[in-house]
Amino acid sequence: MNLKKTFLYCLKQSSPIFIAFLPVGLAYGVLMQNAGYNVLWVGLTSLFVDAGSLQFLMVNFFTDSVPLITVAVMALLVNSRHIFYGLPFIEKFRTLGPWRHFVTYYLTDETFSLHCARKCPEGVDEKWAYIFTTVQVVGYWLILSMLGTWIGSLITIDMTGVDFAMTALFVVILVDQLRGADNRLPAIAAVISSVVCLAIFGPGSFILPSLAVTVAALVLLRNVIEPGKEAA
Amino acid sequence: MQIDVTRSILIIVICAGCTVLERSLPFLVFRGKEVPRIIQYLGRVLPMAIMATLVIYCIKGITFTSVVGWAPYLIGIAITAALHWWGKNALFSIAGGTIAYMLMVQMIFV
Repeated sequence: MNLKKTFLYCLKQSSPIFIAFLPVGLAYGVLMQNAGYNVLWVGLTSLFVDAGSLQFLMVNFFTDSVPLITVAVMALLVNSRHIFYGLPFIEKFRTLGPWRHFVTYYLTDETFSLHCARKCPEGVDEKWAYIFTTVQVVGYWLILSMLGTWIGSLITIDMTGVDFAMTALFVVILVDQLRGADNRLPAIAAVISSVVCLAIFGPGSFILPSLAVTVAALVLLRNVIEPGKEAA
Repeated sequence: MQIDVTRSILIIVICAGCTVLERSLPFLVFRGKEVPRIIQYLGRVLPMAIMATLVIYCIKGITFTSVVGWAPYLIGIAITAALHWWGKNALFSIAGGTIAYMLMVQMIFV
């Protein structure tokens, strides 16, 4: 086991997320600062909540007198897609010992994607790869959002579009999965379901119905996707 | 601006609690149990399905009323996918796709 090699491997894998977080993290810091919340509040929120869109929404919760029950409902709705992210890792995370709590706490879009994409080469320790990836992604978000309160408003370079790095990362991971797959139906079902749900429910609330429909479709298509494994 | 410290902390606790509850849900449901075959199957096929969903999620703001509303997204994704299908170097594909997208939104489709 080589921890340094594992850390560097994870760093290479997670680096696009740092780029994608650059404008968003800094902008979040600026927004919080303008709402009267200093770097300490930004750090606390990024460390304990660690969820991009919810944290932006929370700025409104902080400044407007939104009832706390509404806060809870909104928080549950905004991140509802996360309920699916643990499913591929139920057995895997059991092997992580006490670290499983840490890795589960920070199972976001970004860490989920990197965990799915990882194919540990020789000398890279799988358990520590889960932990280091999480530390790095949480660290990027924490540092950039806190940095935003100090230097966010000073940055004048036009970073418009740099957040596309996240989309590009997801595309790259998907292409790798499609290339190695016996069956591409899961991706096709997900795209059809997402596009249809986006048209019906709109951009704000399509993702939960879309994932629910996809899961239902995957269950129905089980014989087609994994023929011969139906025995149980 | 005067901030309400107690209320602000409560908001952080509520949002953190709700989020971690959702992230832990599958682990709580199957804690200490053997994972059912159907869930194991979903665990195998969901990563690809969720990545495809996340790609759509990233471009959910797409509109078709003008070319600016869709072209940068779809061309950017096509370039990234093409670079990666043939190039197979993840960082190169991501950098290429992102730079292409930035050029489009800053210089072409403005």
